[in-house]
Amino acid sequence: MARKVLVLGEVRDGTLRNVSFEALSAGKTIAEGGEVVGVLVGESVSALGQELIQYGANRVVVVEHAKLGQYTSDGYSQALWAVIEEEKPEGIVFGHTALGKDLSPRIAGKLNSGLISDATAIEVAGGNVVFTRPIYSGKAFEKKIVTDGIIFATIRPNNISALQKDDSLSGEVHSLTVDIKDLRAIIKEVVRKASEGVDLSEAKVVIAGGRGVKSEEGFEPLKELANILGGAVGASRGACDAEYCDYSLQIGQTGKVVTPDLYIACGISGAIQHLAGMSNSKVIVAINKDPEANIFKVADYGIVGDLFEVVPLLTEEFKKLKINA
Amino acid sequence: MNIYVLLKRTFDTEEKITIAGGKINEDGAEFIINPYDEYAVEEAIQVRDAHGGEVTVISVGNEESEKQLRTALAMGADKAVLVNIEDDVEASDQYTTAKIITQYLKDQEVDLIIAGNVAIDGGSGQVGPRVAESLKIPYVTTITKLEIEGTKVTVIRDVEGDSEVIETTLPLLVTAQQGLNEPRYPSLPGIMKAKKKPLEELELDDLDLEEDDVEAKTKTIEIYLPPKKEAGKLLTGDLHDQVKELVTLLHTEAKVV
Ligand SMILES: Cc1cc2nc3c(=O)[nH]c(=O)nc-3n(C[C@H](O)[C@H](O)[C@H](O)COP(=O)(O)OP(=O)(O)OC[C@H]3O[C@@H](n4cnc5c(N)ncnc54)[C@H](O)[C@@H]3O)c2cc1C
Ligand SMILES: Cc1cc2nc3c(=O)[nH]c(=O)nc-3n(C[C@H](O)[C@H](O)[C@H](O)COP(=O)(O)OP(=O)(O)OC[C@H]3O[C@@H](n4cnc5c(N)ncnc54)[C@H](O)[C@@H]3O)c2cc1C
Repeated sequence: MARKVLVLGEVRDGTLRNVSFEALSAGKTIAEGGEVVGVLVGESVSALGQELIQYGANRVVVVEHAKLGQYTSDGYSQALWAVIEEEKPEGIVFGHTALGKDLSPRIAGKLNSGLISDATAIEVAGGNVVFTRPIYSGKAFEKKIVTDGIIFATIRPNNISALQKDDSLSGEVHSLTVDIKDLRAIIKEVVRKASEGVDLSEAKVVIAGGRGVKSEEGFEPLKELANILGGAVGASRGACDAEYCDYSLQIGQTGKVVTPDLYIACGISGAIQHLAGMSNSKVIVAINKDPEANIFKVADYGIVGDLFEVVPLLTEEFKKLKINA
Repeated sequence: MNIYVLLKRTFDTEEKITIAGGKINEDGAEFIINPYDEYAVEEAIQVRDAHGGEVTVISVGNEESEKQLRTALAMGADKAVLVNIEDDVEASDQYTTAKIITQYLKDQEVDLIIAGNVAIDGGSGQVGPRVAESLKIPYVTTITKLEIEGTKVTVIRDVEGDSEVIETTLPLLVTAQQGLNEPRYPSLPGIMKAKKKPLEELELDDLDLEEDDVEAKTKTIEIYLPPKKEAGKLLTGDLHDQVKELVTLLHTEAKVV
């Protein structure tokens, strides 16, 4: 059954987030041969339209307004609602990011529709679009279908592969004028924690430190290892609470959810709230001096030892590997 | 000030999870107040103590949910409402829950609603914003600070580690993020008092709802545990050799670097 599917392109610092390309791929699966319409919302974002098309959108609708420079639920929902009324889609996909989590339930509420949040896989089986999502803090999974109304889902970053970019594609980028009315919640100030380097939730390699890292300087060897592997540095709540690093690095139920190819946990005990944010990683390595630490239960490989000895040695070995390669 | 807390009884996910008959096995499992809803209860009590008013805790669930509601009353909430849907609703999802909560709240004088940002079992984070949308009031999710002055409200919102300072007004719905406060433990006198506090039990009928009005829009067709991971490989021997072996394994066996 061919469907028209809207996919929201999420813009950060002037570029599209990777999860939006993955969302286009998800949109294509849901469309079952129908049309995938990219949506861009912001102050000045139409230049990004072609990129959505190169990643699989058939065309793009853009809503630009001075009040949309920053995400607010009031502003964005008015913009999206106008697009939904004009396009009357049968499917919608957002990334399961801070923005997607905040906005999607509101739109679903207004549509009186279901919403499948945080999907990690999508397939068409037995005439249904079937979504897989983690439940119980990642200790179990459920498969879900929509039984009534629009198929609306948010997808977890780094789980559904984006389509190959095709530079030869081009298509229509159409602008929709929307009168954005009063915003009832106004952002007065944003305190941004400059997270340098690779975006944690989209990184292929994550080197994470816990309370075992012991200080801010203790993160240095982890940063070096991350550099060699082109990865990002993350942390447990324990490390954030102890002020060894910033909360923007926190991984887990209250922090970021990551699904890298390789996750190296250094001095992290493996509390369930931490595991909820990383247990889906493809390969997990644990470095901990306590052989009983819970993190070893989810690890594919483990080294019992002092991270301050092990991590620099690892960096050296990976350097050798890179040179020989 | 009329403050409402949305509270979910959840499975304690620290416990071992098993499946029986295609469902999560609840026999002998530990149930708790969803941890983010504990922050919500605590914040509601603090707001009431500072500004006056009343804290009402609402849960949609079954008769077992009374236990978690009593705990919230023991912490200091004033009243509780349990909408027991066990006998009436066969298929429930976030649409169902939000619809029922909205139906109850739309007839109340509401100043502030506090929910958790996410339930640790269902994990969707939908119920709060859905309720706010249906009540046509503003909402702010994942907050770590709340300040109220008259009808003016200033909140700090956690956005993947960045923080936004947001100004808005009552009536308002917020969802609690870790860091908002430290929930108190119920005191012994609190537990004694809680037994006498009002706990109203309602069914769909009492809210003028029929099963069809709240029927789920989505359906779970399968629940399963992740494929059992083979026991991880704990490396042994000289530390240098362990590190060499690990790099080789990651390169040739796991092929991730
Ligand atoms: C509602 C709620 C939400 C939460 N959300 C999150 C979340 O999103 N993310 C999160 O991470 N936590 C979260 N937590 C906290 C979580 O429960 C744990 O407290 C936290 O993850 C512990 O951090 P840690 O593993 O770094 O510290 P610890 O548990 O103290 O572990 C430190 C580990 O380091 C090891 N170690 C020490 N020194 C060395 C060394 N030199 N070399 C090697 N190993 C060493 C120790 O053996 C130990 O295993 C949450 C808690 C609650 C209640
Ligand atoms: C009798 C019964 C039968 C059910 N059957 C099914 C089923 O067949 N399939 C299925 O998928 N789910 C079923 N559920 C679960 C239920 O539909 C969802 O768990 C619920 O809608 C909340 O979704 P969530 O866990 O994603 O919560 P989230 O949206 O993540 O919760 C966020 C916040 O919303 C508030 N909240 C959430 N749920 C409640 C609640 N129940 N009462 C008060 N506040 C709440 C809390 O503040 C919470 O922190 C059933 C529940 C009950 C009680």
